[in-house]
Amino acid sequence: MAKARKIPQIAAKPSTFCPGCGHGVAIRLIGECLEEMGDDKNVMFGIGVGCSSLLGGVLDTDRLHCLHGRASAVCTGMKRVSQDQMVISYQGDGDAYSIGLAETTSAAYRNENFTVIVVNNTNYGMTGGQMSNTTLPGQKTTTSVKGRDCTTTGTPIKFPELVASQFAPAYAARGSVTSPKNINTLKRYIREALEAQKNNEGYSVVEILSPCPTNWGMTPLKSMDHIDNEIVKFFPMGEFKTREAN
Amino acid sequence: MAEMIKGNHALAEAAVRYGARLYAGYPITPSTEIMEYISWRMPEVGGAFVQAESEIAGINMVIGGAACGVRSFTASSGPGISLKQEGITQLYDEELAAVIINVVRYGNGIGTLFSAQCDYHRETRGGGNGDYRPIVLCPESIQEAVDLLGTAFDLSEKYRTVAILMTEGALGQMMEPCVLPEMMEPKRNPWGFDGKYSYKKIGIFDRDSMKEAVLMNEKHAAIKENEQRWEDQNLEDADYVFVSFGLPGRATKGAIKQLRAQGHKVGIIRPITAWPFPEDAFKKVNPNVKGFITVEANATGQMVDDVALAAKRLYERNIPVYCLPYVYGIPELKAIQADFDKIVNGEIKEVY
Repeated sequence: MAKARKIPQIAAKPSTFCPGCGHGVAIRLIGECLEEMGDDKNVMFGIGVGCSSLLGGVLDTDRLHCLHGRASAVCTGMKRVSQDQMVISYQGDGDAYSIGLAETTSAAYRNENFTVIVVNNTNYGMTGGQMSNTTLPGQKTTTSVKGRDCTTTGTPIKFPELVASQFAPAYAARGSVTSPKNINTLKRYIREALEAQKNNEGYSVVEILSPCPTNWGMTPLKSMDHIDNEIVKFFPMGEFKTREAN
Repeated sequence: MAEMIKGNHALAEAAVRYGARLYAGYPITPSTEIMEYISWRMPEVGGAFVQAESEIAGINMVIGGAACGVRSFTASSGPGISLKQEGITQLYDEELAAVIINVVRYGNGIGTLFSAQCDYHRETRGGGNGDYRPIVLCPESIQEAVDLLGTAFDLSEKYRTVAILMTEGALGQMMEPCVLPEMMEPKRNPWGFDGKYSYKKIGIFDRDSMKEAVLMNEKHAAIKENEQRWEDQNLEDADYVFVSFGLPGRATKGAIKQLRAQGHKVGIIRPITAWPFPEDAFKKVNPNVKGFITVEANATGQMVDDVALAAKRLYERNIPVYCLPYVYGIPELKAIQADFDKIVNGEIKEVY
């Protein structure tokens, strides 16, 4: 029997994301996990620039809109002086992996004890769908109109894999929002990441594959299919580093 | 009791004693000893030290600490402070209190390692985007630098703004006797994040820029009204008034002593706040003054603009404003005296 999920208290406001966007699901899951852990009144967010900025309009919680790409540095500062509070950076792929790659990578490198959530929709959503460091090979965007040419623009970055293979994080995973099953799995990933932080195990990152119907020029349903059929081939879902306690 | 201490070390120790509990930064000469000292000192008091991957990351870590209401600071120089500008305007915009120490070195671009005052315009105008103004304090000695660091933390919290302590390379590297402050209890300002959303902030999409513009002007007006600081000597009978801050200001004080001994009626205004610029000091000046002379360690003359503006505000007649820019270093007393003679003889023309 279908089970009604309680709306998290800190995320009870309507969002302004485009129809079919995955950000709303991601935020809801973060809110649910925090509430279930008893930490929804013990949390502060560093929010990225881009569509992730709209998180600020949804959540009733301590939150700082960071400069573009700098959320991992801001969260480093927050967590270093607030070790009893949960600190979460909430960013898009452009914010975290392009303009903020140095800050995002360096926080992982130092194994900072906070949680990074990156919503990956393979383009710059807020500015109208430009190429991102996660844009797939051949993908058309407003700055790769003939399809991404990886010989001149680079190959899409796989951040959770990078962190898991090169550094010593507590937890790294990639999930998606395309089906109830995937959403439930993603929620478990987010919960693991937050539990790792709460248990002072170190850096945790969850990347979320999320549809961008507006900029992909697809219906919401087709966007979901696109993730399941195409994007996951390049960005596989799963846990790349699991908690050692488990 | 006063102890001999290096300028940068004195600032680092003083910051800890003033209750600062987060430092994040990146090394750059001639500011590096602040960071080196803090790297071992901060952990002793349970504070946070982060050797950031860049100046940009460093200032954003300061934003994180300041957002939690913890006294947070960083130090840098030249191009390092340039990289921090985005973060400094962000601190101001979020009404967060933080202190930035600029141990000024000479030059454009990557610059040089010479002690200088070439960042006057950038610091006093707010070097980032928007039309904010940070409070800028400029000491002439290690003791004054230590004292003004406390003032900087206090004022940044009083007005919820950024305070810049603008020292100079030589002041960071030299040693002087200095009395350090007593150890203070660190505090957590009530407007900082506590995880409970105790302090409600207006979301960025609900902000009203027209209302905020009024508040920003009111804040700047209050700072100008209340926080002008300066030292002056011999203004009432002065034919010529020198205006100079920091180490060149200290040298100029020596020069005017000798010039007065030679019979020249000269005085000095030594700004201690570069912003707000101490316009009130000019009210004490002899109404028949023949000219103002700035002594600056930069190439083009920067503070001379503010002196001209202050003179324009106070005097109906046009009083000549001269500039002696010594590029870098600390001018020698005899150089100042020689250039003063050239001004009196008409060999150096006024700037305004």
